[in-house]
Amino acid sequence: MSEKFQENVTVLKQQCIGKDIYDMTIQTKHIAGHAKAGQFVSLYSNDASKLLPRPISLCGIDAEAGTLRLVYRVTGEGTGTEEFSRLKAGDTIRVLGPLGNGFTVEPGKKAFLIGGGIGIPPMLELAKSIKAAGTCEFVSVMGYRDAQTFLLDEFKEQGDCYVATEDGSVGAKGNVLDAMKEYKLNADVIYACGPTPMLRALKAYAAEQGMTCYISMEERMACGIGACLACVCDSKEKDAHSNVKNKRICKEGPVFLAEEVDL
Amino acid sequence: MNTSVELCGVTLKNPVMTASGTFGSGAEYSEFTDLNRLGAVVTKGVANVPWPGNPTPRVAEVYGGMLNAVGLQNPGIDLFCERDIPFLKKYDTKIIVNVCGHSTEEYVEVVKRLAEEPVDMLEINISCPNVKEGGIAFGQDPKAVEAITKEMKKYAKQPVIMKLSPNVTDITEMARAAEAGGADALSLINTITGMKIDINRRKFVLANKTGGMSGPAIHPVAVRMVYQTAQAVKIPIIGMGGIMNAADAIEMILAGATAVSVGTANFQNPAVTMEIVEGIERYMEKYHVSDIKELIGAVSE
Repeated sequence: MSEKFQENVTVLKQQCIGKDIYDMTIQTKHIAGHAKAGQFVSLYSNDASKLLPRPISLCGIDAEAGTLRLVYRVTGEGTGTEEFSRLKAGDTIRVLGPLGNGFTVEPGKKAFLIGGGIGIPPMLELAKSIKAAGTCEFVSVMGYRDAQTFLLDEFKEQGDCYVATEDGSVGAKGNVLDAMKEYKLNADVIYACGPTPMLRALKAYAAEQGMTCYISMEERMACGIGACLACVCDSKEKDAHSNVKNKRICKEGPVFLAEEVDL
Repeated sequence: MNTSVELCGVTLKNPVMTASGTFGSGAEYSEFTDLNRLGAVVTKGVANVPWPGNPTPRVAEVYGGMLNAVGLQNPGIDLFCERDIPFLKKYDTKIIVNVCGHSTEEYVEVVKRLAEEPVDMLEINISCPNVKEGGIAFGQDPKAVEAITKEMKKYAKQPVIMKLSPNVTDITEMARAAEAGGADALSLINTITGMKIDINRRKFVLANKTGGMSGPAIHPVAVRMVYQTAQAVKIPIIGMGGIMNAADAIEMILAGATAVSVGTANFQNPAVTMEIVEGIERYMEKYHVSDIKELIGAVSE
């Protein structure tokens, strides 16, 4: 379990990189130095009417510089994420993290790194960390709605990268599994983050192929640290903490072995 | 400066406690808050056997508050006694165990099991709006409140706090019933039943449809109910409902609460309970209050 910190962090830069997609870099004191790919941070709103922190994945971690890069989607007018999108260099925001378990990569096993929609950003940090450590070979498969393929150029810099778009405007038409089939891609193990239908399909695919599959899950959260039991998922076995077949996504997760959880 | 308060013969170093269900058994928050600084830790409700709780989504944010329908997920009393009580015993704070059940027998089983455990008080949850049997069903009828309070008192070795629901026509009637049943103290208020609808999907946000509303938006309701109840009963009151900071806590004490529980605010700031303790001390310095007991019910017309 990693150490967690609550900090007032400074925004270093922020830009819009696609429709409703924002890319913000923050300067932390301790959080970045303790973070790993697949973990998340909670951002607090400055609006007192919005009580709950917003969990946001880590698109980039620079432990040395102490910076975190957060790429997130603005979920609507008047939302907490819309408030965050207005932050400019020099502004401050309260952050809690790093939270959750993060990805544990199996060395030497060729990996599929699969992202869908706003599940794409954390896979970029995973790709970079695997490449930097030389843990294993990997191929990235990213699923977008349309031609707004945010972060794609950066995935290409990390190595082999394939794309699926729902409207067929870029890469394979359809979802990430369609791209994997169309381009006849193979690997030994899957690491994935994205919408539940995608994760469900990948879990089924992995079971069929006899592959190990790690998925990063999402649920409405409150505390973000495992106390309130809001963000549980159904687990196959009785969980040691809860003593029922529930695991806390914010604590035991968000990354689970697909076979451990029911989707 | 004396910040200690007496609650049913137990001395708390200060009146700040945690609200049941928001703080687990303290382990997660101990990374951000020094539990030694708190008057007491009130645990998440525990039943005779493990409960899986409700389906997700279990929480929704609303303006100035939130709804929850966790449904009293808990690991059951055996694991709780084995793991959570020893954890809390490492700290210099009082332990208040919140007890839940579907039936009187289930409550009794937990209370009996706790008789020999090193816990300071029991808080009996007869006001959870998110479970179908038990919970609130016991808390909305004064005869039922009095009867279950008597049963608890029959078996409890520790002082018994009855936790009351605001989802009633007259909370003082429930408070008097608990007092008549022998309750040593009262906790109020539990959450107010609410609902949120996603207009884009035209669906309920919570899987349970309804949930308990908490947070600063309910604070004035809680202050009013604590004040009314303080006029109606002689036993001490633990005030809760939307306490976000020291000012809210002091308001609750002035309304008649001997101690306060901080719940939803923990989600907004995991170090908030400690900050509230410090804020109360600053208030006492500012107004030259030498003993916090002077503030209990000290609101004047």
